[in-house]
Amino acid sequence: MSTRYVVAPVSELPDGGRLIVNVAGRSIGVFRVGDDYYALRNRCPHAGGELCRGRVVGRLESGRPGDYVHDLSRPLVACPWHGWEFDLATGQSYVDPARLRVRAYPVAVEDDHVVLTLGSGRAD
Amino acid sequence: MSATRAEPQTELRDPIAARAAWPGRIIDADVHAVVLGLGALAPYLSAQWREFIDERALGDPFGAAVTYPPNLDTTAREDWRPSDGRPAASDLDLLRRHVLDPLAADHAILTCNYGVDSIRHPDFAVALASAVNDWLAAEWLDRDPRLRGMIVVPARHPSQMIAEIRRVAADRRFVGVLMPARSDRPYGNRIYHPVLTEIADRGLVMSLHWGGSSDGPPSPTGWPEWFVEEHAAEQQVYMAQITSLIGEGVFQAVPDLRVAVGEIGFAWFPSLMWRLQKEWKGLRRDIPWVTRPPADLLREHLRFTIAPTDMPPGAAAADMGEIIGWLGSEDMLMFASDYPHGHDVPVTALLDVIPETMRPKLMSETARALYRLG
Repeated sequence: MSTRYVVAPVSELPDGGRLIVNVAGRSIGVFRVGDDYYALRNRCPHAGGELCRGRVVGRLESGRPGDYVHDLSRPLVACPWHGWEFDLATGQSYVDPARLRVRAYPVAVEDDHVVLTLGSGRAD
Repeated sequence: MSATRAEPQTELRDPIAARAAWPGRIIDADVHAVVLGLGALAPYLSAQWREFIDERALGDPFGAAVTYPPNLDTTAREDWRPSDGRPAASDLDLLRRHVLDPLAADHAILTCNYGVDSIRHPDFAVALASAVNDWLAAEWLDRDPRLRGMIVVPARHPSQMIAEIRRVAADRRFVGVLMPARSDRPYGNRIYHPVLTEIADRGLVMSLHWGGSSDGPPSPTGWPEWFVEEHAAEQQVYMAQITSLIGEGVFQAVPDLRVAVGEIGFAWFPSLMWRLQKEWKGLRRDIPWVTRPPADLLREHLRFTIAPTDMPPGAAAADMGEIIGWLGSEDMLMFASDYPHGHDVPVTALLDVIPETMRPKLMSETARALYRLG
């Protein structure tokens, strides 16, 4: 079973904005980048910092020194405690993708409202 | 030399004691050859440069004597100095008698720190580096098949470094390039990438070894006043070099580069590795080309000679086992006598505190793989 939660009217989440909400006992960050919406658990799996208060950044990669590939369509959030980056869409850690991720939740706009879906699993 | 010598090194600090403590094969990853004065290189210099030397009454480049003050015990153990007053490590027969034969070493890696890098004349530096390499080949490598050499380069000019590597590298007895730890810029700098590429493409090893006379001080924050300050804290320079290799993305730009870190021990290294790893995780956007964790890159690309070993004698030696554990790899350390330097190399105690599987690696196999020796 999953449960849907209305977070806020879309007008309260402008482009580049974020909301940190308490849903079913969990602190969750809801982000908007352009017309894309993301939601992550607001707790860094590294050391427990409030991940969703961190800076939202484009994915910055490189194939060799001096080469920059900056992809704003795949944003990450960097934890304010240690700067570790997590993919907003998947919750996957950039520096340790195989072993570290934060819970990501489905989020969508329905009837001009931002709606979050939480599953019933314990991991949620 | 004094008539009554103290009993030489106890087995706690004598690298030659390795033979009694270890029944397997041995490769000595760092021994030194000392040029017996500029005159010894005359046969390997053109008439033009011999005349240049005579006109100016030039002597040895100053760099080597600054880095290794000749009469200090750290520069040469008393019992390894020739009795006739010549500098230690200037005589192949003594190298054999002091090190190669008693260790029954398969091979020894021979480094000549002549201070060529302290010469600012760009063309004379090339001539002198070439002379040292030809002298090494003719008077050392030709005369003992156990020896392998490090190519000396005019380290101030990348294009000239490359030219000399190309000239010498066909002689496969040269297995690496001596890169003095003190350089005008840290070696990760992009200006050096063509040099590092040349080293890797030739199957050679970058030997980061103490020496060099950069325009800056031997500390990252100004001039120390005394030799002991420089000597005790040489690792500051290596830290800057290793940090630069990581930060500048050398191991991405030159993925086949292998680095031997010599003359500085290793006990200081785990904390640097840990710190680079930690800071990369949060600051890696600064250097997005570093796409793998620095500790993985360092364990893969770096090897250390053990001399001098920062290791106390006695029961506290177990602490060193702990530090070796922090390396997170059994493949990073290479035995070295560091002949003729008078550093403590307590190899018997070291053998006691490392895992059994690591002992052959330490004593020979890591160096054999690094230098591709038979």
